Amino acid sequence: MIDYTSAGIDFGMLAPEIYLLVMAFVVLVVGHLRKVHDWTPVIAIAGLLGALYFSIQQWGNQSSGFFGMVSCDSFGVAFKIIFSSSTLLTVMLARRYMRKKMIERPEFYALLLISTMGMMVMANTTDLVVMFLGLEIMSVPLYVLAGLARRSLQSNEAGIKYFIMGAFASAFLLMGIAFVFGSAETTELRRIVANFNFILNNHSVLFSAGIGLILIGFGFKIGIVPFHSWIPDVYQGAPTPITAFFSVGPKAAGLAVLLRIFLYGFAEFSPLTNLFWILAVITMTVGNVFALRQSNLKRLLAYSSIAHAGYMLVAFTVGGGQAISAVIFYMIGYTLFNLGAFAVVTMLETRSGCSSDLKEVAGLGTTSPYLAAILAVFMFALSGFPPTVGFFGKFYLFSTAVENGFYWLAIIGVMNSFVSVYYYLKVIKTAYFDSASATFESVSYTPAVTFVLFITLLGTLGFGLFPSSLMEFTKSAIFAFL
Amino acid sequence: MVPISAYLIVAVVLFGIGTMGVLISRNIIVLFMCVELMLNAANLALIAFSRSLNIMDGHAFVFLVLTVAAAEAAVGLAMVITIYNNRESINIDRFNILKW
Repeated sequence: MIDYTSAGIDFGMLAPEIYLLVMAFVVLVVGHLRKVHDWTPVIAIAGLLGALYFSIQQWGNQSSGFFGMVSCDSFGVAFKIIFSSSTLLTVMLARRYMRKKMIERPEFYALLLISTMGMMVMANTTDLVVMFLGLEIMSVPLYVLAGLARRSLQSNEAGIKYFIMGAFASAFLLMGIAFVFGSAETTELRRIVANFNFILNNHSVLFSAGIGLILIGFGFKIGIVPFHSWIPDVYQGAPTPITAFFSVGPKAAGLAVLLRIFLYGFAEFSPLTNLFWILAVITMTVGNVFALRQSNLKRLLAYSSIAHAGYMLVAFTVGGGQAISAVIFYMIGYTLFNLGAFAVVTMLETRSGCSSDLKEVAGLGTTSPYLAAILAVFMFALSGFPPTVGFFGKFYLFSTAVENGFYWLAIIGVMNSFVSVYYYLKVIKTAYFDSASATFESVSYTPAVTFVLFITLLGTLGFGLFPSSLMEFTKSAIFAFL
Repeated sequence: MVPISAYLIVAVVLFGIGTMGVLISRNIIVLFMCVELMLNAANLALIAFSRSLNIMDGHAFVFLVLTVAAAEAAVGLAMVITIYNNRESINIDRFNILKW
């Protein structure tokens, strides 16, 4: 067991975070020098590659420092790798789109890096206060990013909606942390776990209220029904590469923190099992049912991301190491194919006169057969067909539910997957069988965008054909955490 | 000495007022004020707990929260100004481009 009061101040533990922050400032400075400002994306990519490198260096390290405020374990490192690689792909994806829409600014890259740093802070701690701070470091840049297209009314609206819901959620979270602090006398999860029953017996009302408020706060952030109403609006209004980022990075960060809090810190709090059962079922059902009638691709993917959050909540109902590794597996798969799907949408939207409407996909099968095929692969992965990683993600998740006796949950989950097939296949059908309503210019590939498509496609199919390698990774990721 | 429950009741009432304000207010600026009220309710609870438990953690946490609230307010007000420039209104009922 890690010594959780370790006072050691070891900055090596924070190497990826510090490196990202420094690079974000470099981007800000360089972005305003007239001769070199074209290099900002390159610097951002260098920052993210560095953070990725430092994170991989930390793999297998088990330590805790800064008076227990920072803990460096494989679980956090696994998530750090997810964050830095997904941001890396976003940066590559974004450049051309931002240019085309005339909203490329150096602040964009700096905000992405700072937000990624916030996610790393969130994943890297077992202290509620530090989690709150990480969440805010992540969220405040996200509000700005959602409203980045200042002249676009849609983007303005997305930004302000995200901001209001985010700040509202933070207030709930903070009140919850205050209540937990009042009842447990600490905000350190490991100490809460050590005295869990004592705290619960002595301050049951205060402590339960605190747990409930924390759940509401994070429910808003990762979009659990009934706190999901902002997601479709923000996803539709924000510039598409930024939406791609929203749908993977912050979701993974929220998941990491929720896993730490609810499957480690408050794992013994018994009402949570039933609560998560209900939340999982309504979240996946509402997401899928509302997605059925969407005619905008970004909005469709937004509802699909709500449904995927619902599938991930299955792991919270089940609990235990196997469920945690299954949900991390699912998250990695989801990151790959969701980012890929958004990459295709971004490419389509880069054609002039397009606005991510489903009709604009029509005729893609004849005009750009490769892109149509790639889109089809991602849609199959999202709906969970083999041999994609989407199938194995769902398979592991629902099989842990069955093994632990949650038959109905697994049945409802599988039925929901069948419902979701309808709207994912509708996209493929539109691409291949509908005739184009208007002629658009053909889709052009740049090296960066091609690289993003290649990596996401490789991951989706590669881990789909050889899921065991990824499974080994997720199993060793949770080893430390239990 | 005032018992801790009194402080807690005030904090919870403030938090409730803030929540109601966010839900029923139509003006973004008022909405921000209500969110700030909620954050300060949490601050009051933290200070009260910290004082009654005789642990300094809560006091330190309040400063962090104040910083976060300031950062949020800066971003929020900047957004309100952008929106006002684009459509000369900050009434939340007019944010209806993105729907269903």
